[in-house]
Amino acid sequence: MTDYQNLKLTASSSPHIRSAEDTRSIMLDVIIAMLPALAFACYWFGFRSLTVTAVSVAGCVFWEWLYRKLLKKPQSVGDLSAVVTGILLAFVCPVQIGYWQILIGGFFAIVVVKQLFGGIGKNFLNPALAARALMLASWASSMNRWIAPHSWAAIFSSNADIVTAATPLSYLKGDEIPATFQKLTETYRVTDMFLGKIGGSMGEVSALMLILGGGYLLARKVISWQIPVSFIGTVAVLTFLFPRGNSPAEWMAYNLFGGGLLLGAFFMATDYSSSPITARGQLIYGVGCGALTVFIRYFGSYNEGVCYSIMIMNCFAALIDRSVRPSRFGAVKSAKKEAASK
Amino acid sequence: MAQAFFGGVHPGDMKAATNEKAIEQLAPPAQVVIPMSQHIGKPCRPVVAAGDHVKVGQLIGEPTGFVGAPIHASVSGTVTAVEPRPYSMGGNMMSVVIENDGKEELSETVKAPENPDSLTPEQMVEIVKNAGIVGMGGATFPTHIKISSGIGKVNTVIINGAECEPYITGDHRTMLERPEQIIGGAAYLARMFGVDKVHIGVELNKQNGIDALNRVIAEKKAPAEVLGLRCRYPQGAEKQLCQAVTGRQVPPGELPSAIGCAVFNINTTCAIFRAITQGMPVVKKVVTVSGSGVIDPKNLECPIGTPVSNLFDACGGLKDGTYKLIMGGPMMGLAQYTADVPVGKGTGCMLAFAGDEDQTVEHPQCIRCGRCVSVCPMHLEPLMMYQYTAKDMLDELEDAHVMDCMECGACTYICPARMHLTQMFKVGKQKLGAKKAAEKAAAEAKRAADEKKEA
Repeated sequence: MTDYQNLKLTASSSPHIRSAEDTRSIMLDVIIAMLPALAFACYWFGFRSLTVTAVSVAGCVFWEWLYRKLLKKPQSVGDLSAVVTGILLAFVCPVQIGYWQILIGGFFAIVVVKQLFGGIGKNFLNPALAARALMLASWASSMNRWIAPHSWAAIFSSNADIVTAATPLSYLKGDEIPATFQKLTETYRVTDMFLGKIGGSMGEVSALMLILGGGYLLARKVISWQIPVSFIGTVAVLTFLFPRGNSPAEWMAYNLFGGGLLLGAFFMATDYSSSPITARGQLIYGVGCGALTVFIRYFGSYNEGVCYSIMIMNCFAALIDRSVRPSRFGAVKSAKKEAASK
Repeated sequence: MAQAFFGGVHPGDMKAATNEKAIEQLAPPAQVVIPMSQHIGKPCRPVVAAGDHVKVGQLIGEPTGFVGAPIHASVSGTVTAVEPRPYSMGGNMMSVVIENDGKEELSETVKAPENPDSLTPEQMVEIVKNAGIVGMGGATFPTHIKISSGIGKVNTVIINGAECEPYITGDHRTMLERPEQIIGGAAYLARMFGVDKVHIGVELNKQNGIDALNRVIAEKKAPAEVLGLRCRYPQGAEKQLCQAVTGRQVPPGELPSAIGCAVFNINTTCAIFRAITQGMPVVKKVVTVSGSGVIDPKNLECPIGTPVSNLFDACGGLKDGTYKLIMGGPMMGLAQYTADVPVGKGTGCMLAFAGDEDQTVEHPQCIRCGRCVSVCPMHLEPLMMYQYTAKDMLDELEDAHVMDCMECGACTYICPARMHLTQMFKVGKQKLGAKKAAEKAAAEAKRAADEKKEA
């Protein structure tokens, strides 16, 4: 029978079982959720979308590997979070961005924003968005040169000959509203906006594909509904209540489907490390993101406000976590009030 | 009717290995080792010595404090030693070792009350006290104290048949095979507390158990009602069960009696029934033996003090590569460092693991996903408490209500980064306790010095 005296036993703390889901499987789910948008970018902007994304991913993984290697830290590229950052970074750039530019962006995202603060889970800003902000400040012209749809940017050339087109958001701005908005509705129908047959960054154009991906993340419980719903909901309500066009509903639809709102709400604002941890905190954060987005779109000097609104709310995430805590189990209401007034 | 509490997790229940296997009697072990601490509170004092002959049900350990329960011989035979032996809580405990003579002679002290149904509540509590009954779900709080301190305050008596930990099926089998004991015990509890109805909470994955209980309730017109509960760990935690049944939350740091509830495990209820009808003290326990390291998982009934190696032998032995023995369920059970530990009153399950249940990683790194926050049934923020403990931020740790943590393990189970959260909170509570003790000692030293100065 069993030799009980020579068992090699581990005496560790409970619990002794773990759920199958781990960091890697979560990141894999996020990657899967981004594939529809990537596929659409290939169809709409050409295969350069794919090569730019591949270079961005390779760069991010390389920078993470190199940093951990040089500083003799445990290797972490296996968790796939650098791959997610790489794809997101490509998604927020226009398709004809230079390969060297996206490598520098990747360096900033991974080394400066993520690793210098301690690696996964420690970055207080979304790495891809912070890199986009840096690239926008450094190379304003190439970050704002929107390629005309279906012009099929060449894979290797610097694309000096590409036709540039204005993004829908630039029509939602300026002193000539609602005339420009009128022009926009004539150029692109709402269905074009929804399907993504418009100009813009690689990953942001197709609302349909982003909703598919976001739905997948929600169904897999990788993200909770609080942030996307409150973020998109706030933008919807504010644009509906304060339209600058003739029809509030139309104005709202163009605002929802134009620009990076859906990409931001599903994939950027939901970044674990830079968003609040409680459900109520996430609602506040999402409303903040939405309100700031509309504020920047209406009154800021940039056309698009999603990137900055998320980064501003990133900075508030820790503060929200400190002030919005779950209600203590069993604490009666009067005791809660006492604790609050302390 | 599915009731709810906030949070929780839903691990695969793994109960199929044993939930259709009837409770078997273990072949009498050659020797039992009965530790003198099988309850919360001070250990008992042994009242037998090496060489004494003992019979089943004979008193061998007397409680030494108010919180305690007597301990009885579980087999008849000769006491061969009274010495410290390894026990389930880690380390050694004074134990009475009895060589089993196999005769199962019953002690003269085991006498059934003549008319159990005419006993007063006080007499019943006395019987429960003398029978050494403790919370047999694992908490091992002396039952007579729970009853006597609750009489008059408690208006909701709950029998805990949730059995929410994976693998364990002993309570389920008891419902199927001995429903009359459960309902009988419930009726005595109703009389002791003077309530019209006892609530029996059972998770809905045990529908045939619920049916069996309902049949007996209908037959005997018993003052009991079965509530089907949502399958969600930790449904069987005392406070969560009270919440599911009454909708009320037990205030922090308080017992269920604060909201008029008293919770008794199914096993405890059966023990009350046996004590009141047969005069039988707690000498046996139903133990589920399961897990990936066990060749033929079973539900076994064995004498208290049976070494767990006997249980595994009765189940075909252990597989090669068994790396963990757990006394209790996989979520809250204690990993053992030896198979010599004996079954105690609170032992409901013995697991052996040989697979990849642990899934440890070398460098766990929190990704702040917040899953621990959304599953915590006590509404805590485990990831914050982890940081505070790791960084010795003890004031913040206390402010995060670490003392509310009941170490159910839901956060650690769900953590995708494989952080050792529950373990850290055990450390945190100790650090906090040590700090409090040091502060108290410093304050007393200061007061003593001041008094000296004044004198």
